[in-house]
Amino acid sequence: MESLLNRFRHITVLLLVICAQLVLLAVQVKNDQDVRFIRIWTISAVTPVARFVEALRGGSAGFLHNYVTLHDTNAENRRLKDEVGRLKLENIFLKNELNTADRAKALQIFQSATPSKTLAANVIANSPGSDSKVVTINRGSLSGIERGMAVVTPDGIVGKVTAAYPTAAMVQLVTDPEFAAGVVSQKNQVRGTLKGQGTPMCKVDYVAMEEKVDPGEEFFTSGDDRVFPRGFPVGVVRTVRNVAGTNFKEILVDPIGVQHGVEDVLVILHGVHQDVPEAVPQNQPVYLTQPPPATTGPASGTDAPPKPAPGPGTEADKIRSVYKSIGEVENHTFGEGAPGTKPPDFNIKLPSTTPLAPGAAGSGTGDRSTQPPKPPTTTQAPAPGAKPPDAVRRANQAAGAPGGTAKQ
Amino acid sequence: MSYSESRILLNNQRESTVSRFRAWVLLAVPLAAILFQAYVPLFFPFLHVVEVPLLVVIYFAIMRRSQMSGLFIGCFVGLAQDSLSTNPLGMFGIADTLVGYFAASVGLRLDVDHPFMRLLLSSFFFIVHRFFYWVILRAMLGKMMAFDVQTTLVLALLNGVVGLSLFHFLDKLRETA
Repeated sequence: MESLLNRFRHITVLLLVICAQLVLLAVQVKNDQDVRFIRIWTISAVTPVARFVEALRGGSAGFLHNYVTLHDTNAENRRLKDEVGRLKLENIFLKNELNTADRAKALQIFQSATPSKTLAANVIANSPGSDSKVVTINRGSLSGIERGMAVVTPDGIVGKVTAAYPTAAMVQLVTDPEFAAGVVSQKNQVRGTLKGQGTPMCKVDYVAMEEKVDPGEEFFTSGDDRVFPRGFPVGVVRTVRNVAGTNFKEILVDPIGVQHGVEDVLVILHGVHQDVPEAVPQNQPVYLTQPPPATTGPASGTDAPPKPAPGPGTEADKIRSVYKSIGEVENHTFGEGAPGTKPPDFNIKLPSTTPLAPGAAGSGTGDRSTQPPKPPTTTQAPAPGAKPPDAVRRANQAAGAPGGTAKQ
Repeated sequence: MSYSESRILLNNQRESTVSRFRAWVLLAVPLAAILFQAYVPLFFPFLHVVEVPLLVVIYFAIMRRSQMSGLFIGCFVGLAQDSLSTNPLGMFGIADTLVGYFAASVGLRLDVDHPFMRLLLSSFFFIVHRFFYWVILRAMLGKMMAFDVQTTLVLALLNGVVGLSLFHFLDKLRETA
């Protein structure tokens, strides 16, 4: 080595001197990015070495970690599985907490909105029994709960209190076979009795065959049972069948109050009857534009009174317009004649009368011209489609007619 | 005709004679050359084409016949030139170092007392110096300067002539054996 250095001593010194001056030059000179060459050279010289060393170190460490030191992999796998299980349980618990908070909020809103005086309670236990649908709530007689009180949720009725203890109460659910409540349908106001069957579905009993109940229709409490105030949702009709050999329909209702389980309920301490909400019309109102203006054709008579403008209206409107025309022809003002004065002649023939509905007064026939005028509202026959039989039946039903049959 | 005038190439190392100079000569002559290069062209601009420091480096390198001496003289003279110019330190230093080293290497094989050889060496190393300087200028400073060969050759010949006279003067400063 020494002989080698002695042999190339001159060239070695030359290279050293040149390198020293290059370094000196690199310290002073900068490139386009204003970085000194000495820095660029240093980094360029160090980076490959550092990359090689880092690759060597990373590769060695990875090899050791991935292939050599695997003694704790199984333990770590078990630990991770336990942690995943714990996180799943925690997730379920948090979801339940969230649902509970949502239910409590809905319950609070409903409690503030309903006019009835209510008391919030939680279901704390279920009674044993295969077909028994009775639950225990955490409020009792100390809280003012008494036997026979209604239990509801914002969705609908849940049941009624069958026993009240000091700190708890037993609630018979609507699905219990012993449960019964008076209900009324929303659309056709059909009354019946809701009964539990021990299954998720309830039935509405004592609805006559001729009553009209459609699937999808909602039932509400009628208030007849003196337990549930009128107007609380009960359930939705799923099936309606006419069973041969019986006088009543078989109606199955899905109770919406217990549809998603019962956890938070409201006990009605003092019920207030409400109206059954009106059914949403199936057909939305359609906008109709104004009728076109009447065409001004040649007049049939110069002295003829103005023809009443035919427009949309009821039969009573048409009769009123005819009487008004008669009064204008005879210069009679309705409501001014004293008793005993001559009434207007309703049998005169108007130059051009609007055809009236059958049975309307003042039709202008020869045989009836001598007959005295009849009050149109009491003697006329109902126009086709003017008053449907269902409306009559509903009116009679509201008046207390049995079976809801039309009163003739 | 002296011995040195009759032969240009030496047969062996033993035929070469090493010239010796006093210390003040080794110090004063390069300093004077640098000062000449720095100040005289201010008053006589046409003299800036004469590279007196380079000629001094070439002279001491070939006359002392030592590569180490040649490269150190070249290094010091070049750095001194850089310090008096606007160039970064090392531009002339590297070029003069290489010239001093190679001039000393060549001086070992040639009869450097021959006037023609001196003219030739002066001109050749002027070109070498210009080439090294051009390379360093492009590589380090990124300046894309053209290497004008014709001008360089003319200047090389001119510096060779000047160097011939300068070397004759500097021969008077050699120590006599």
